[in-house]
Amino acid sequence: MKGSIIINKELCKECHLCIYACPRGCISPTREYNSRGYHPVCQNKNNECTGCTLCAVMCPEVAIEVYRE
Amino acid sequence: MSKKVFSRPRSLKEAVFHYCPGCGHSIAHRLVAEVIDELDIRSRVIGIPPAGCAVLAYNYFDVDMIEAQHGRGPATATGIKRARPDSIVFSYQGDGDLAAIGIAESLHAANRGENITVIFINNACYGMTGGQMAPTTMLQQRTTTTPSGRNNILDGYPVKVSEIFSRLPGVTYLERVTVNSPAGVNKTKKAIKKAFRCQIDGLGFSLIEILSPCPTNWKLSPVDSCKWIDDVMSKEFPLGVFKDNTGAGKKTGEAAP
Repeated sequence: MKGSIIINKELCKECHLCIYACPRGCISPTREYNSRGYHPVCQNKNNECTGCTLCAVMCPEVAIEVYRE
Repeated sequence: MSKKVFSRPRSLKEAVFHYCPGCGHSIAHRLVAEVIDELDIRSRVIGIPPAGCAVLAYNYFDVDMIEAQHGRGPATATGIKRARPDSIVFSYQGDGDLAAIGIAESLHAANRGENITVIFINNACYGMTGGQMAPTTMLQQRTTTTPSGRNNILDGYPVKVSEIFSRLPGVTYLERVTVNSPAGVNKTKKAIKKAFRCQIDGLGFSLIEILSPCPTNWKLSPVDSCKWIDDVMSKEFPLGVFKDNTGAGKKTGEAAP
């Protein structure tokens, strides 16, 4: 089962709890800025996301939406 | 066609949280909103934000909210619940609010067995005012007012709210949980749901103590704060169910056990 996530970069506050929560290492930090001066995280290109929702469960800002095929 | 399996709960407004990165308040807010959605009680819920970091909680919850005086959340909740018994009342409080200035109101609301739910966020310091020592600060923990660590001769011992409240006969459901890992978050959601369910069934006072990371005042990164809860804080404040009388049935006028 494949999944995908959509990260709302404007809400991200760079706490990196999603990176710590993801069992497959699908999320990485970036160097770009959002309008409030944080470096939002992004989903990796070689995506092994299963849609387990652990990143979204952990995200304090409710910035992650999870989809499953 | 992909199916959406996780998104923002309806009871949470679109506003951006003012909390620091990695703060446990935001997770607790979302869990309360999810539980309100799942129990479908949004039109009946009245929330009471505290004084403290979560003072602006009414900007985030899309339910009726009434701000209480500092520490008087359970007293205000008592009044609302008695005036409108069909409403679902929850008081959201921090450790400075519940365990310091509001300990009398909280303790007596619990002792009376008021049919309300209290969400208690324990982060072992005063978050909003700059990380001073709170009643729940652990021995040897450094804060801005105990720079060499809390000393039991000068400052006394940490107040263990769940242990104290579990001795009161009026309390029906009491659990200590944490939001430092996905498993912990899911467990916290279950506990909050059970507490609300306890109130809906009219069983009495329920309190959920949440050990919550405060990376800014602990001077740790968010990920290290989560590890610190596992390594240090949950040793001093052991997790688990302290009291569960929800199976005992509804309390009647004089038959309180």
